[in-house]
Amino acid sequence: MPTETVKSLLTPGTHYMSGNEAVAEGALAAGCDFYAGYPITPSSEIMEHMARRLPELGRRFAQMEDEIASVCAVIGASWAGARAMTATSGPGFSLMMEALGYAAFTETPMVIVDVQRAGPCTGQATRVGAGDVMQAKWGSHGDYQPVALSPWSAQEMYDMGGEAFNLAERYRVPVIVLAEEAVGHLYERIDVPPSTRVVRRERDPGAAPFGTKEPDGVPPMPAFGDGALLLVTGSTHDPRGFRRTEDPDVHRRLVERLSRKILARRSEICRTEAHLLEDAEAAFVAYGFTARSALEAVRQLRAQGRRVGLLRLQTLWPFPREAVADLGRRVCRILVPEMNLGQVEGEVRKAAGCPVATYHQVDGQVIHPDALVSWALEVT
Amino acid sequence: MPIELPVHERMYSGHLACPGCGAAIAMRFLLKGLGEKAILSIPACCWSIIGGPFPYTALQVPVLHTAFETGGAVASGIRAALDARGDTETQVVTWAGDGGTFDIGLQSLSGAAERNENILYVCYDNEAYMNTGVQSSGATPTGAWTTTTPTGSPKPTRKKDIMQIMAAHRIPYAATASIAYPEDMVRKVQKAVSLKGTKFLHVYAPCPTGWKVPSEISVKLARLAVQTRIFPLYEVEDGVRYTINLEPVGYLVDEYYRTQGRFKHLTREDLDRIQAQVDENWERLKALARIG
Repeated sequence: MPTETVKSLLTPGTHYMSGNEAVAEGALAAGCDFYAGYPITPSSEIMEHMARRLPELGRRFAQMEDEIASVCAVIGASWAGARAMTATSGPGFSLMMEALGYAAFTETPMVIVDVQRAGPCTGQATRVGAGDVMQAKWGSHGDYQPVALSPWSAQEMYDMGGEAFNLAERYRVPVIVLAEEAVGHLYERIDVPPSTRVVRRERDPGAAPFGTKEPDGVPPMPAFGDGALLLVTGSTHDPRGFRRTEDPDVHRRLVERLSRKILARRSEICRTEAHLLEDAEAAFVAYGFTARSALEAVRQLRAQGRRVGLLRLQTLWPFPREAVADLGRRVCRILVPEMNLGQVEGEVRKAAGCPVATYHQVDGQVIHPDALVSWALEVT
Repeated sequence: MPIELPVHERMYSGHLACPGCGAAIAMRFLLKGLGEKAILSIPACCWSIIGGPFPYTALQVPVLHTAFETGGAVASGIRAALDARGDTETQVVTWAGDGGTFDIGLQSLSGAAERNENILYVCYDNEAYMNTGVQSSGATPTGAWTTTTPTGSPKPTRKKDIMQIMAAHRIPYAATASIAYPEDMVRKVQKAVSLKGTKFLHVYAPCPTGWKVPSEISVKLARLAVQTRIFPLYEVEDGVRYTINLEPVGYLVDEYYRTQGRFKHLTREDLDRIQAQVDENWERLKALARIG
């Protein structure tokens, strides 16, 4: 895929901002030129920031009448050539599920930031949760493979705001930044680099827009106005985009390719970060804000002479199962703390091959490192 | 002149609204107009919070807090079940904000109106998404600042005419009401619940927090909105018979706009354009009332 380096919009160097502002700035730096959204706590600051910044930059902002409209405007914009995104939280994310499946099936590059709050339903609108992990993967019907990222800091909100667009364009897939309220509302230092690397769409107007020879290929993304006659449909379609709603082979090939194009590229998509794992006998596997608590717990346990480490998952979908399997071969026990009743836990168990202990907290609060230290001492 | 209102109170003190909240005042008048037996369906809005946590709720009626987009639908279900159980006495009332009515809830409201469900739907209009921090809605007026229509690019379009939309459904009764005219509002609630079918009340409910005004002037602002013809008081029966309930003095819109922080960036030309819009709307309403 062609990439280019673009100058950052913000002055390079140190800035102080919230995670929500940072993810908006990261997206803008990566060329996001359309935002459509609907207010919802705790993500509204992203929309408010975009409402101010996009007109300043001569780009487009639209407030929509609900989240279904927001995500569908983003899909429309993507097909007309924009780098488009929306942001929301649980209840709005639920409304977006039909369109998420549409985007996966039509291979529409787009970015959704879900700043998770304590669900289900309205839940605790201003409090933190991480209950949308499985929804991000399975929320729409049928088989498909979205990409979901899990930031743990304002810096990573900035970085992933841009990276999400690159993944979306590279693999023609909806990318979800699965943030949490605690990260969205976290004010901290971020370092803005002088430039950002941006993946550009490969223009190939003559190519088949919805199929490849390889069973796991990514076709070039066309856009309205590129010169090819284009029909985009959420019904089963052949490589040229013709509706084939009765053909078993076309359906099977398409559904299988959509999964394979992501799963076969796990090694290039999935990112994890190792902390103090070299000599670890037990390891936390954590993501999002909880990984911050886990890292602090690791430091405290190390101070008590315990050989504990942390594997931080920056990608949640596709699940980085190789990294977890590798960890499972090196440690005696894996500890999975989550702000839900066990969502990533199941994926870890499938991959780990070693005993897995779990810690669940759904009280709308972040998990305190002290709680993880006591728990780790109990189970290791 | 003393105000003549039903003396019963079905809203306790101790609610959680901001000082001067028009929506809290409006609820008090709604409950004065309703009979003893009523069920409220409240989609996401300021009133999801204002009522307070059960059992410390300020309301003496049962409430079904529901999802943002479902005000018309949930009330339809409640009504169907009551009817099936032979209870035709209990009133089913949806109480929704402007975002939940003009925007995300419009589809389910339209569906309920098309089926002519026997419900009263009340929209209290504070002209933005106030509960989530003052984002623009379909009810936000031209030129207003909100966090999603910042002063660099204030709302360019008109406020959606929800009354025309509802009248076009030919429902038995639609009316505007204001917290500055409690007798008019209570009368309209009483009239609405005396009729069968879908009834719609559009209640003007100033928001000091979002409009950037002192909390003690919300009732005054509501009165000014009526007297400037920005928000005239009128009724529409069966979608066609228009009655204007109060002849406004016709103050210039400046009187209303100049008192509010959300409009302070507007220029003379902006205000002239808004005045022209208001005049045009008023002439149109008068013409409709003449036909009716």
